[in-house]
Amino acid sequence: MTFTSPTGIRNGFGQALVELGRTNPDVVALTADLADPTRVRRFAEKFPDRFFQMGISENDMIGTAAGLALGGKIPFATTFAIFGTSLANQPVRLHLGYNHFNVKLVCSHGGVTVGPDGATHQAFEDLALMRLIPGLTVVAPCDANEAYKATLAIAEYDGPVYMRVGRIDTPIVTAAESPFTLGKANVLRDGDDLALFCVGSMVPTSLEAADVLADRGINCRVVNVHTLKPLDEKAVLDATRACGAVVTAEEHSVLGGLGSAVAEVLCCLAPAPVEMVGVNDTFGESGEPDEILSKYGLTSEAIVDAALRAVSRKGSAG
Amino acid sequence: MKLDLEQLAHLAGQIRRDVVRMISAAGSGHPGGALGAAEIFAALYGHEMHHSADNITDPGRDRFFLSNGHICAAWYSVLARVGYLEPAELGSLRKMGSRLQGHPSREKWPEVVESSSGPLGQGLSVANGLALANTLSGDRGRVYCLVGDGELQEGIIWEAILSASHYGLADVTLIVSDNDLQIDGAVSSVKGIQPLGAKFNSFGWHAVEIDGHDTEALIGAFAEARAEKSRPTAVIAETVMGRGVSFMENLAKWHGACPSADETAAALEELGAAPGYTDYPPLQEVIR
Ligand SMILES: Cc1ncc(C[n+]2csc(CCOP(=O)(O)OP(=O)(O)O)c2C)c(N)n1
Repeated sequence: MTFTSPTGIRNGFGQALVELGRTNPDVVALTADLADPTRVRRFAEKFPDRFFQMGISENDMIGTAAGLALGGKIPFATTFAIFGTSLANQPVRLHLGYNHFNVKLVCSHGGVTVGPDGATHQAFEDLALMRLIPGLTVVAPCDANEAYKATLAIAEYDGPVYMRVGRIDTPIVTAAESPFTLGKANVLRDGDDLALFCVGSMVPTSLEAADVLADRGINCRVVNVHTLKPLDEKAVLDATRACGAVVTAEEHSVLGGLGSAVAEVLCCLAPAPVEMVGVNDTFGESGEPDEILSKYGLTSEAIVDAALRAVSRKGSAG
Repeated sequence: MKLDLEQLAHLAGQIRRDVVRMISAAGSGHPGGALGAAEIFAALYGHEMHHSADNITDPGRDRFFLSNGHICAAWYSVLARVGYLEPAELGSLRKMGSRLQGHPSREKWPEVVESSSGPLGQGLSVANGLALANTLSGDRGRVYCLVGDGELQEGIIWEAILSASHYGLADVTLIVSDNDLQIDGAVSSVKGIQPLGAKFNSFGWHAVEIDGHDTEALIGAFAEARAEKSRPTAVIAETVMGRGVSFMENLAKWHGACPSADETAAALEELGAAPGYTDYPPLQEVIR
């Protein structure tokens, strides 16, 4: 299964889940009245005995998924990012975290691109909330192809996972043969002037920015950090040491997500100037996704500006 | 294990003595709810549940979830008395390095603790999920979950109550230790939850209301639950907080207070312990 034209990252998840239904009888799925938006509908239709509609009960859905995992199943629990990580934070902490049950929490509608639904539905903090839970693997694939591979990979991995998948159509930047290993960041473009770490929907945006920067003589090493936790520290250190300046880009708050994760490593092991592109500690609002992205500075232009700042700080104290 | 009524009464007494000594030794804990649930634990582990300390992880076993994790002293005690651990280890309750954490921990004791608890309200959802998994796998074990009555003020419990009836989880039995007390006072004054029988029935459950200190009634209620083939059963067990220790009975204060040395001695005497109490090895700190 390969996607070639822009599509929602969630579609890669939905396709892979059906594939898992065929190949792994232990895989089950749950949703909280969001079968279509989270793309579990096709699994539900093909494997009705292994699908559990939990109604608008996100806390109960996580607990039920925990029980299914205790009974040897591999549950995929699905809802919107804000409800899965914030509303249901307590059972996620207890069951995916402390109990370390083999539950895969897969949430669509992460980030700002829920658009017109407004601030209550936009999750700028899901990656931060999940990253804080000990033992939880946190993944945010960058396109539908990567989401397909990531879904198969997290089913194979025996442990709890949070995976964020996007809603709106975004460009395809990886191919069927592109590598995907949980916990191993991928260098998408080589360069030694600036390390550009990016995640999820900001990966295509970062590649665009890298093109612009190349025209200005700044060669970026673009690193797709699809697994935020455990972080591929080696990839972060290697790219930073080679380039000497860093930009991070995420459709997420600059607090607690990729920018923080990268800075946490660098401040101890390889201090370098870091500029973070992300949402600056604020709520969102209604608007079309592209309008929101530009208002909150999640654009290739913003990445270019950040890159120029980071490069100009090279050689200063970091 | 099928203990007779006399043996069950003895087991409940032993649980009470253990609870008092364990919490006294720990210097903190939750005696009130634990003392009130002694007969529930005795009836479950001494009669109702299919389980064996010699084959702890038998896949066909019945499973138990302590949702009101704070009363774990009574649970650890019954587990010791039916062979899951040496009674002397009960003395390690709440101590650094112990399997017997202040609230039950799957991380520290994975063979026995199906799911960690402490945050109230979480147990029934997991019990439901396990029952669903059992159905898919063709396993026949029954699933028991104990909650406190104050705990029923948590929203997630009612989500799970809906799920259990929606999915017809007849293998699930919920036991409510209905002592009408919680930390801030009477449940009825904090935020009333009665009438529980009518609530469970209207939520599609089979409700049985009994005296939670009557082991024969508990056994009968569990048998009714076993016979029920389409609905989950709620055993609403009326209990007395602090039961068996007169100065603790019906006082919210004893939800989470530790008895002093004098109070411990008085409580043990009331609970039938002979002076110098030697009917089992003295509690020691045994850390495994
Ligand atoms: C989610 C949550 N909120 C609050 C607490 C603190 N707490 C522990 S026990 C308790 C009262 C429980 O009342 P009840 O279920 O009636 O148990 P009992 O007092 O009878 O033992 C509270 C509020 C908690 N453990 N979990």
